[in-house]
Amino acid sequence: MSDLLLFNPGLILILGALPLPFLPLALRRIYVMALPVITFAYVLGLDAGASQTLSYFGYELEVLRVDRLSLVWAYVFSIAACLGVLYSLHQDDRLQDTTAVIYAGSGLGAVFAGDMITLFVFWELTAISSVFLIWANRNERAYRAGMRYLIIQIASGVILLAGVLLWINQTGSIAFNAIGIESLAGKLIFIAFGIKCAFPLLHNWLQDAYPEATATGTVMLSVFTTKLAVYALARGYAGTDILIYIGVTMTAFPIFFAVIENNLRKVLAYSLNNQLGFMVVGIGIGSELSLNGTAAHAFVHILYKALLFMSMGAVLHRTGTTKATELGGLYKSMPFTTVFCTIGAMSISAFPLFSGFIAKGMVLTAAAGEGYWGVWLVLVMASAGVMEHSGIKIPYFAFFAHDSGKRPKEAPLNMLLAMGITAFLSIFLGVYPDPLYDILPYPVDFAPYTIAHVITQLQLLMFSVLAFIFLIKSGLYPDEIPSTNLDFDVIYRRFAPKVIQNIGRSIATVDTGFRKSALELIGGIMRWVERTHGQNGILAKTSTAGVMIAWVVSLLVVYLVFYFIG
Amino acid sequence: MDKKSEYWLDQPGNIKLLIRITMVISAGLLFADLLYEKHPKVAVEYWFGFYGFYGFICFCAIVLAGKYLRKIVMRDEDYYERGTKDE
Repeated sequence: MSDLLLFNPGLILILGALPLPFLPLALRRIYVMALPVITFAYVLGLDAGASQTLSYFGYELEVLRVDRLSLVWAYVFSIAACLGVLYSLHQDDRLQDTTAVIYAGSGLGAVFAGDMITLFVFWELTAISSVFLIWANRNERAYRAGMRYLIIQIASGVILLAGVLLWINQTGSIAFNAIGIESLAGKLIFIAFGIKCAFPLLHNWLQDAYPEATATGTVMLSVFTTKLAVYALARGYAGTDILIYIGVTMTAFPIFFAVIENNLRKVLAYSLNNQLGFMVVGIGIGSELSLNGTAAHAFVHILYKALLFMSMGAVLHRTGTTKATELGGLYKSMPFTTVFCTIGAMSISAFPLFSGFIAKGMVLTAAAGEGYWGVWLVLVMASAGVMEHSGIKIPYFAFFAHDSGKRPKEAPLNMLLAMGITAFLSIFLGVYPDPLYDILPYPVDFAPYTIAHVITQLQLLMFSVLAFIFLIKSGLYPDEIPSTNLDFDVIYRRFAPKVIQNIGRSIATVDTGFRKSALELIGGIMRWVERTHGQNGILAKTSTAGVMIAWVVSLLVVYLVFYFIG
Repeated sequence: MDKKSEYWLDQPGNIKLLIRITMVISAGLLFADLLYEKHPKVAVEYWFGFYGFYGFICFCAIVLAGKYLRKIVMRDEDYYERGTKDE
């Protein structure tokens, strides 16, 4: 590609989205679909090594850096943007159309950022544009969830900016490469990435916000923010040991919450958190195999996770809910959605011939190969957990289980088309992983389809199915209950406001008491002044000349008495 | 209620059939463990049927742990909404 035509392809989406609000519906549909398709075509034309720099206030900004790492993410981001837009074509919502495309463009733009200032700009733009996908529900609940989301996302940006400024001050370089957590700047940037990557205790914005977004909005949200963070970690912190333990915690704790969660889109949000854990472990190990594993996992995960969110979005669109307690038996009237959801479920559970299988094995093999057997054991356990919440629970409670009596129409054609293509890709890459392996950052030395891999993985999954049957039959499987489950967000949604309110109340009590005493004191003084200087007050009395003379004479007498005695 | 029979999965006999198929496949997979040479990276992989048993136990443990987790974290559905109204 000629140097003149080189630019950051995120801009096609961001600038291209600007006319969208002014177009009539029919034209808007064609135009909005064309934008990600053109972007994908442009990204396909980029070769590793391409770069574009701009001078800005004395800094050389590398607004486009194309290498093998950024390309993996760019390919899947632009494919997902196409699918996400196709999935939302049925709706007539200028706000969502515009912001979804800008959001996708910001994610893509950030992946191509070669310096930290460019990264920061796109990083913040993902936050600002994506919140509208939550607010687009246009109700109080979504508004509040969106505000919480925005505050946390902007906080990530502010911390990133602080870290970047420190980093530039210390190193004199703005290039975005390996950073490491040794310096304070490195730690700050690490935390900023960690917030967006939903590290444990920094994770709750994800489960809080994603289920509150629109049916179509959540599909877009599930693609970009968190995977951008995974990319940024892979770029800046590959081989950072602590990531192994952060990642393994991320794979483990969300699965317990996913078991008891009633809202199936929230189950998927917990599941997303768990999947990020596998990728983070891969970055922490930092070997070529594990980094390939992270990239491959991110690629296939974006597709099957979007597929799962799409199927739940279709259910939400048709029934108005994704609560397990209100669903069941939908396969009878939504057979295609059921099939697509099941394909997503089998992909995420990593059944052989589905895309999860050819990617997840890399990180697991890397963990075992590098001697992290404890980590490996947790990852295998977490894989059984994935089978539980995403492999079985999602399709089972939505489409099978107890018949809710609901007979909604099948999803709209564009949704079916988007789900169909995503499902096809999930199977295609599972059967024929070579095109994915060819684009990974390092040469691939990994054979997924060995007898041992296939049999052991099938054992794990089929025995998990057996366990599910056993638990259901024995009545041990917990019923779905409409409920709110407290997670870390209770700290900032309940405890912190309570503490602040209590502090406020205490201050108010002291303040009221103080004002009251002060008023009483002033009142007392006033009363005293009134008594002495008021109308009948002793100091306000007018006296006759005779009385005055009598007083003066008396004083003189007293003086004389003392004079003579003295 | 004739409609019920329209759906294959609504017939209890078919569910039983599916469960039996799952059990047969699982047993087959366990047996298959004996048929190939293992090149494990972790010692436990040598154990017969490790993945199957470990998967079964983990699955049950996760679900049952979830049940206990409920006792600690479960609140009414409108827990947070209520909070915003009465303050």
